[in-house]
Formats: sequence, structure tokens, C-alpha cells
Amino acid sequence: MNIHEYQAKAMFRESGVRVQQGEHCTTVEQALSAYDSLGSEIVAVKSQIHAGGRGKGNLYCPNSGDLILEGGVKVAFSREEVEEYASKILGHKLVTKQTGPSGKMVSNLYVESGCDIAHEFYLALLIDRETESLLMMGSTEGGVDIEEVAEKTPEAIHKEWFQPSMGLDEEKAGSMADSLGLKGPSRDSFVEMAGRLASMFVDKDCSMIEINPLVLSGDGTMVALDAKVSFDDNASFRHPWWHEIRDISEESEVEVRAHEQGLSYVDLDGNIGCLVNGAGLAMATMDVIKMYGGEPANFLDIGGGADSESITAAFGIILEDPSIEGILVNIFGGIIRCDMVARSIIEASKETGLEVPLVVRFSGTNHEEGRIVLDESDLDVVTVSTLGAAGEAIVGAIGGLLE
Amino acid sequence: MSIWINEETKVLVQGITGSQGTFHSTRMVEYGTDIVGGVTPGKGGSTVTLPGRDVPVFDSMSEAISDTGATASVIYVPARFAAPAIIEAADAFHEINGGGLIICITEGIPTLDMVRVVAHIEQKDDVRLIGPNCPGIISPGEEGGCKIGIMPGYIHSKGRIGIISKSGTLTYEAVAQTMSVGEGQTTCVGIGGDPVNGTGFIDCLAAFEDDPDTEAVVMIGEIGGTAEEEAAEWAKSNFSKPLVGFVAGATAPPGKRMGHAGAIISGGKGTAEEKFTAFEEAGIHIARDPSKIGDALLEALVEAGLREP
Repeated sequence: MNIHEYQAKAMFRESGVRVQQGEHCTTVEQALSAYDSLGSEIVAVKSQIHAGGRGKGNLYCPNSGDLILEGGVKVAFSREEVEEYASKILGHKLVTKQTGPSGKMVSNLYVESGCDIAHEFYLALLIDRETESLLMMGSTEGGVDIEEVAEKTPEAIHKEWFQPSMGLDEEKAGSMADSLGLKGPSRDSFVEMAGRLASMFVDKDCSMIEINPLVLSGDGTMVALDAKVSFDDNASFRHPWWHEIRDISEESEVEVRAHEQGLSYVDLDGNIGCLVNGAGLAMATMDVIKMYGGEPANFLDIGGGADSESITAAFGIILEDPSIEGILVNIFGGIIRCDMVARSIIEASKETGLEVPLVVRFSGTNHEEGRIVLDESDLDVVTVSTLGAAGEAIVGAIGGLLE
Repeated sequence: MSIWINEETKVLVQGITGSQGTFHSTRMVEYGTDIVGGVTPGKGGSTVTLPGRDVPVFDSMSEAISDTGATASVIYVPARFAAPAIIEAADAFHEINGGGLIICITEGIPTLDMVRVVAHIEQKDDVRLIGPNCPGIISPGEEGGCKIGIMPGYIHSKGRIGIISKSGTLTYEAVAQTMSVGEGQTTCVGIGGDPVNGTGFIDCLAAFEDDPDTEAVVMIGEIGGTAEEEAAEWAKSNFSKPLVGFVAGATAPPGKRMGHAGAIISGGKGTAEEKFTAFEEAGIHIARDPSKIGDALLEALVEAGLREP
């Protein structure tokens, strides 16, 4: 689960990590009163969306598509500029490198006091899969695209590993501070902040904390000028408060709805809908469609506990996508029985008024019974028994087979 | 022969009184697995009726191991209780037997819990963890065999192929395809699709290398992380048997989690293409088309002189 910068900064503040004063706003009026109450002549007016690259992104009118403002994070030097930027950001679509061309509607703003910047750093905490431990990554190259830094100058990225049970000790935090060239009080400020971030990471079950830039301010202390925090969804049972800060409007509505039905769904650009049991097999099904010259329209894992209701919901979700020209059902029965799936498919096709070609591949538990159920029904369906035949049949059915 | 388990393996079920635990214990016994008891805290002293046998339920793993002589345990407890269950099993096996095998089926364990568990188990190098979020491990025998997990037993058959996979149903797919070219399996290991887990590809490859009955291995990876690349690098100089590889998710978009917690291309890393390339560089026979895993295996066997062309 991702949260907004303003929410992440509130958590930083609570954890004792220094951030600038700022206020969350949803209207131009609130932005102006935030400017008045902050008492800082220079403020940053920052679009709040769950995607990176905001500063380099552009705002467009959602209706006309006209460019409204270059840059989703603006520095305002006057009350008038705050008004101008707030009105050009709120209610408009921010398109960044990470949002894709459709962009994201901005309905939240963060107005933050300006900061005297001596140097910009990059700092991140994450779970390192290779070493199966926690990793703090820092770089003196802050405020820029860190993936580019990692690509071009990997030596500019410093790493310290630590265990959740031990926390980040002063030695490791100090060693990171030294790598970043921090000395005296700035080094002390960094060590204190790094320890607090590490504790926050563990206590709140984060999956990532990224601060870009982390700045050394004019007075020699470290200030988190940006904040990106995400949580490990698997740990939600430990943090019932997460639902209070979850901004569901930032998530894909159809993916959220699918999740509520016990389905794992990801929307893709193609025209062949997939309904599969198991994540690995669902990916392999997408891959095989592509191999035969088709394009998958979605990833969909119905899970091990699927029933008639969730399978009907899955068909409904697939068919909402107007670009769907055919559906491939691929079930390798284990706990799930193919005959149950077959009956669910018949029911779902009636309920959803299925009109596109349907190919069903059954293997495993009760695959023969499943096939008989489908063949004896009046449903227009092609049944096959192997993955290859499934790919060929569905791509062939929409006329897309490669030579 | 097989790796890590065989028909003699005595198995405990943690969470045996839960609906999943009882359901799968029944299936395991039907397949031939020697389930000798189970653990559910607070239900010690009761019994669970499985096909042809009533097995005792214990309050703790220590009691269960001491009483039954079990050397393996399978975990079906809910995600929030799974990490303590793994640690309890690891400590008890280590102290009582000087080692043991733990298979955790549970999906949805917090990643930080797994970081703690893996660090804990690393201190006990005689304990092996498989999973979590996996279908388990199976070694087909002449009749039945040993199945510790949730996979449909009947699709397997005793043979000479080892299978390692991050996935559940895609492992069954690989099994079906090896069967379709007339090959059975020594052992199939589902290592799971979580970002932090126990046994990895390399552990399995090393065990298959040492197993005289395993003559070739099929390795099924998926997008995310670098485990496939590391395995390929290791296999280059340490694995002598024919090896076939597939990676699921060539069509997955970056930055999107594809069902499994670990199946995500992040920061442009962990793509199927990188993994296929690493496989090719290591001389692994690759199947880019998941429907051609069986064909790739056949080709690898023929090339190694293990099958007639």
C-alpha cells in the first residue's frame, strides 16, 4: 500500500525525523490559508499523487487535454504564485514518467515551507531480496533519478545492511554518514535520523521508505524534503490504522474490486482476457498468448479458494474491458475441481451475456468431467487439454495467429 | 531415490485441526505420506482421524517430535501465526533431532517476519525451510510416495527428472509436460513466490546434483528478484546434468505485482528477458514458450544421450 507524501511526512514528524512545516490542502482557499499560516515567504506547492517523477511531470486539462502547467512541484515566491499554482494543479491531470500517458487526477496538495539547501542527498530503506535483510541505500547524488545514478555511477550509491531484530546501529549509520561526506553536527544529525527511520520501517511494516532529496539544510541538520513510504500489505493485520490513511482513489478501481472478490487482477493493454488459477500459471498463460501472436488483456488469478460466485465476478470484470475480443480460461485443477469451474463458466456466461469466443483448457482434478459439462451445455466453447493448444485456439479464434 | 524426503519420512502437521490442515492431511495420507501427528496449541491430547489411522495432536512441536520421532513438518497455520510456527519447529528439530525439514504452505506472511525467520534459521544450518507460499514437496514412489503439501498427487509419477519452481499450478503444468514426453520425477520442490523465503534454486540444484537418480532438472522461475540469475551463474560451474529453464512473466508490465508478493519488475530489474539471457549464458536449455517445457526437456535429454532422438 502506498501513501501520499503529506501522510508520510506526518509519520516522519511523529518518529522524530525532521521535515519542514507544511499543510495538506484540497482547495485553492486552503492553499492560501496554509501560505498565510506557514509564515514562510517561499513555499513549495506539491501535487500529491501515488507516483514518482512529480517534479518533472506536467499538468493537463482532463477535458481538453491542454497543457496547464509544467512541473507538478512548484516553488512559489508569493501569495499570488501559490494561488496560481494551486489552481493549475488541483483538478488537473498530472502525467509523469511513472503514471503512464493517462496521468492521474490531482485532488490533494501539500504546501510546505521553503528550505535553505546546502546539499541534496538520496536515502532509501528497503528489503533486500538478495541478502534477505534490510538495506539502507544512500547517495550524494540527491534530487535526481536514482535509477540513472545506479546505472551510470553505481559507485556513488552506498549500502548498509541490517537485521530488523537488531535495528540500524550507530556504527552502520555513522559509516553511511561518512560515505556521504557528512561531518560534525551534520553527521550526528544523520545518524540520529537514520536510526529513527530504521525503527519506523520495522515498527510500521514498511516495504520501502525513499527520501529524494534528503537535504543538508543551512543550519547543518538533515531534513527530509520528500517522502515516499509504502507498506507491506501482508502485515495489514498488525496495522488496522492503515485503512484510515489509504487513498483508494489512487488505486485502480477494478483491481480493488477484484481483490474484494478474492481475485488477483492486473489490467493490461491487449484484447484476450485470461482467467487462470495460480499466479505463475496466469503469467505463463499471458506469455503463451503472446507466443501465438496475441496480446493478453489482463492478468487474473482466481486463487485456490475460487467458487462459482468469484468466477462469475471474474468474467464480469474481464468483460468490462471494451477491448476484449476473446477469453481464455486455463485451469490446472488441484484443490479446485474442473467440473465446478465448468458449471461456474456456464452460469457466468449466462449472467454476463458472453458474446466473444471462449476457449477453455482443463487439466488436473476432474478435467474430463469438466470438459463433458461444457461439451454437453449449449455454450459456444472450444475445449482443449494442453497449454499450447489453448494459446493457439484463442489467438486463432480472433484471427491473430502468427504465420 | 529423491531429495530431502522419501516414503519413510515421518511428518507432523502444524495446524492439523484447522480445515486446511485436516483436508490436506487426508490427501497426504491417501498418497502414502506417513503423517504421524499434528500440533495445535491448546488441543494437545486429542486425535485427528485420517484415512486408516488416528493421529495424536500435541500442544507443542517439542512434544510432537519427541513422541513421534518425526523429521519433517508441514505448516498450514494462518499467516499471522506462521512465522512463530516456523521458528518453533526449527528450534524443536534442532534441539531434539539435530535438524529437520519444515515446509510452510501459508501464503501472505509479512516480509519482515520472513526476514526474521530466515535470519533465525541461518543460525541452525541443520534445519531446512521450504516456502512459504508454496505447494510443498513431493517424491513419487512405486505406488503413491511422499507428498508434503497441497499438490494433486496423481499427476506425478516416479522417474528421473527433478523439478524446482516458484509457482504452484505452473509446477503442475511442468509436471504434466514432463509426463507428456514420457518422463517421471524424482522430487518436485515448490520454493514459493515470496520475496524472502527458505530453500532457493541453488540449494535444490545442489541436492539434485548429488542425487544419483536425478538425471535432469527443470527449473521454473518468474519475474522479480535475481534468484534465477544467481542459480544460472552457480549452475555454470557446479551443475553437470541437463538443465531446462522457463521464466514466467515475459509479458508482465513493470512495477505491477503479478499475484505473488515477489513477482514484480522493480526499477527495471527482475525481467524475464534478463533471466532467460542468464539461463542461455549458463548453457541452460530454455523454453521461451511455456507450452514447450516438455519439448525442451526432451531435447536436453537427447542431447545428453539420455534418450533416443
